[in-house]
Amino acid sequence: MPHDPSVDDLLTAVTGGFGTLETTVFRGQTSVVVPEPQSLELLTFLKTQGFDMLVDVTCVDYLEYRGAKQRYGLVYLLASTTTNQRLTVRVFVDDPVSDHEEWPTVRSVAAIWKAADWLEREVWDLFGIRFEGHPDLRRLVMPEEFTAHPLRKDYPLQGRGERHNFPVITRDHS
Amino acid sequence: MALNAAGRSAGPGRLELPENVVVSRLDELANWCRKNSLWPMPFATACCGIELMATGASKHDLARFGAEVFRFSPRQCDLMIVAGRVVMKMMPVLQRIWQQMHEPKWCISMGACASTGGVFDTYAVVQGIDRFIPVDMYVPGCPPRPEQLIQAIIDLQDKIQREGTITGREFDTSQRQLRKRALVEADELLVLDAARNPVVQRELSAAAHRS
Amino acid sequence: MSIAYADPNTSPTARGNARSEDYLWTLNFGPQHPATHTTLRLVLKLDGERVVDAMPEMGYLHSGFEKIGEHLTFNQYVTVTDRMNYISPLANNVAWHHAVEKLMGIELTPRCRSIRTIIAELARIGDHLLSNGAVGLDTGAFTFFLYAFYQKEVLYDIFETLCGARFTNSWTRVGGVSHDFTPLVIEKIRGFLKTFPKTLEDMERLLTRNRIFVDRTKGVGVLSKEDAINGGASGPVARASGVTRDLRKDDPYLAYEDFDFQICCASAGDCYARYLVRMAEMRESLKIVAQAIENIPAGPVNVGIDQRTALPTKQQVYSTIEGTISHFELSMSNRGFEVPRGESYAATEAPNGELGFYLVGDGGESAYRARCRPPSLLHFALFPQLIRGHTLSDVVAVLGSLNIIAAELDR
Repeated sequence: MPHDPSVDDLLTAVTGGFGTLETTVFRGQTSVVVPEPQSLELLTFLKTQGFDMLVDVTCVDYLEYRGAKQRYGLVYLLASTTTNQRLTVRVFVDDPVSDHEEWPTVRSVAAIWKAADWLEREVWDLFGIRFEGHPDLRRLVMPEEFTAHPLRKDYPLQGRGERHNFPVITRDHS
Repeated sequence: MALNAAGRSAGPGRLELPENVVVSRLDELANWCRKNSLWPMPFATACCGIELMATGASKHDLARFGAEVFRFSPRQCDLMIVAGRVVMKMMPVLQRIWQQMHEPKWCISMGACASTGGVFDTYAVVQGIDRFIPVDMYVPGCPPRPEQLIQAIIDLQDKIQREGTITGREFDTSQRQLRKRALVEADELLVLDAARNPVVQRELSAAAHRS
Repeated sequence: MSIAYADPNTSPTARGNARSEDYLWTLNFGPQHPATHTTLRLVLKLDGERVVDAMPEMGYLHSGFEKIGEHLTFNQYVTVTDRMNYISPLANNVAWHHAVEKLMGIELTPRCRSIRTIIAELARIGDHLLSNGAVGLDTGAFTFFLYAFYQKEVLYDIFETLCGARFTNSWTRVGGVSHDFTPLVIEKIRGFLKTFPKTLEDMERLLTRNRIFVDRTKGVGVLSKEDAINGGASGPVARASGVTRDLRKDDPYLAYEDFDFQICCASAGDCYARYLVRMAEMRESLKIVAQAIENIPAGPVNVGIDQRTALPTKQQVYSTIEGTISHFELSMSNRGFEVPRGESYAATEAPNGELGFYLVGDGGESAYRARCRPPSLLHFALFPQLIRGHTLSDVVAVLGSLNIIAAELDR
């Protein structure tokens, strides 16, 4: 896929407002890294620039990745239905160091794109990243009483025995 | 003169139990009626559900075997076909629906995921519904072809004809049947601490013994 | 559609000490319900028969697909993608390998692109058949469902001739496909192209101008264009609301640039429009298959041996040293192919919408992170706003028209 030149112009506009942000182009896709304090402003700005569709919000846990600097990398995939541009915005966060907070916190974009509502709930459920300002942050795919965050790298694939914690019904008392 | 089952008159020295003759034939009749009018309750969760729908559709018609009525209310069914993987969140629902079905009831575990967890040995998928629900027939496959499911229904019909009685003796399984291996492991696996879990300790000692 | 229900402030129950919302009752719809297309749950707040609010709940089929993606190799994981949108498994296979090949920077052969396009379009026809069939079934049109399922059986026969499995095919591989087209497959596809338009016409005659069906679906579950874009809808759901976005034209992949077809859109955004868009898309898919099947390029279907990704043919393995080395490298479990350390996202126009995979490679043979972006998730999130003010019987029609596949939704 050829590198889309029009996204470069957009990035120049972005640099004007937000300073130099780390940009990578891989396989024709442009990816911009923004530090957490500015993420909400950048995403709001990008919406005004024509990125009206939020394709996905997801997270990558870099715990076992060689050369990773921070643990969680949030990924916001944006697309424009009018100009067909695509852009990836990355926000990196770490586990909180203080004892008062248990989960890393990022500000929610659910007010900007309605699609973010459930996508952020899923990131909270599976990775344990809290979204400040989200209207209804609760678990989406796992049961409410589940305590762990399964897609983190330190959670085993087979789980910790939760999948077999049910009463057994035999023939004579069913 | 009393007649025995073959209709011949019983001679001297032979024991005739006219009441028993009547009961066993009524048993057969009752089983024959039950097996030929199984009303399936399709507990379709995933891909096997589509093959279940295909079995009920026009090419592999399940209605030929009496299973015409796919009732979706557990109160009206006697055969629960669990088609697809059952996850942690769905297991209590499955158990509640099983308990809501009236006796006599049977269960077919369709597909690899319902029988053993299938391809998905993950934190969320129950590794075989027979750990928590009594299952009568297992259908292997991912997904099983409609012909395999029809074979399972036919085999279940044979089982009902062989084992069913009006007194419900076939449900007396805690004395008669061996406990399923999956159920045995379920108790042991619930010990989450690996140091005290008998299954884990057995595996570790077997591995140490081998090496 | 105007909403008329009792004004809570003046109704008799409200004049007493009762709170204004106490007259509403809660109905639990699912997760085991025939019309919820397997395991979805809706908690509906009803005022008589009118739905005041709906709270969807999902996760009843969450099997940890994304975590499995971190443990299986790219060629093994395609079996898991089959089980996502299980009514068009081949479309998921094509989408997954499209994403993997993008991450690895592999360029497919022209023949492979062409046959993947044909099979993806046949999978699209199968998906729309079943989804419209389910809409018909849920609104009471059982014959329509049986017609649709019979055509699906014809498609299953084609897929079985191609790769041995009716369903859950796992047909694509990195750099190619597992089974190439044989003359019998092409003959069967040609036969399907001849017989399917007549059946499609029969099916349309059953429902498209059927008074009951039109009354049940017209004006029901209206999704406006802005809400569709803002909510991330894609595929027929978005196109029925006027969003003219189709990745086959906007972001072409495989061999779609070579064929002449149109994007089907509607502007009403209701269930009837979604039904019509799917029926029209089936005709367009037939057009693409008809053009493609006569022009399949000759040549190898898998990428060459030097790329070290697709398994070489047996003749190459036994007669050339390159073939032997390549086979050895790919089959031994501690070798395999090299994956770049990078991240990429690739989406295809699956029958349900934009199905994309965000892959993070770390050099090893399995992905470090395999994220599936499911179209059904965003459609299900739109459900409450579509159903507010409609009656209980419309719940079924709206849910069917959104074509929410629980396995793709929950992964």
